Amino acid sequence: MTIEVTARYFAAFRERAGRDSERVSTEARTAADLYGELARRHVFADSVTRCKVAINDELEDWNAALSPGDEVLFFPPVAGG
Amino acid sequence: MSFKITSAVIDPAARKRELERSTAGACVTFEGWVRNHNDGEAVQALEYEAHLGLAEKEGARIVAEALERFAVTSVICEHRVGKLRIGECAVWVGVSADHRGAAFDACRYVIDETKARVPIWKKEHYASGATGWVNCATKSAG
Repeated sequence: MTIEVTARYFAAFRERAGRDSERVSTEARTAADLYGELARRHVFADSVTRCKVAINDELEDWNAALSPGDEVLFFPPVAGG
Repeated sequence: MSFKITSAVIDPAARKRELERSTAGACVTFEGWVRNHNDGEAVQALEYEAHLGLAEKEGARIVAEALERFAVTSVICEHRVGKLRIGECAVWVGVSADHRGAAFDACRYVIDETKARVPIWKKEHYASGATGWVNCATKSAG
């Protein structure tokens, strides 16, 4: 089953993708699956183990299930301090 | 709020006054400064970006954890976003406690966890004109 979600990109991901966000039709079931799909499309080189994901403005596990209409925020490796 | 993301210049003296308690016998503070080099490259400026809502939420969790784990009285952390010049204070952590041991430990905990967990990203502007996102394998197209 294909669902529609919104992907939002930050920092290096935003620059690499050349956009802040996009609507995505996907068969991905989890945040990790969706990242894999978008990483191939936009050539994101970071492994999920070093990145973070939020769904509808809550930090989530990469195994979190996606629902239609979700806003999925992809965070590259953080570097505060 | 005791964890704050700000685009304004950090005022360490003002933040430190907020830690003052008559019961406190120790105060430990940490300042992270913008330095002019990283990994052998000359750095001219840094640009910090954050997801404001989630950064302050995760930061507040870290401050709460420090208050729970260590015998400290007060914990404050402030982190800059935007473009910073060499020498500017990018992050400030302050802790007051009855005794120094807990204050040192809590201060270390807050800065280490902030660097590892809070959604903040750092872009270096090099003397060569190039830029690079720290810790990140993904490079800009072109």
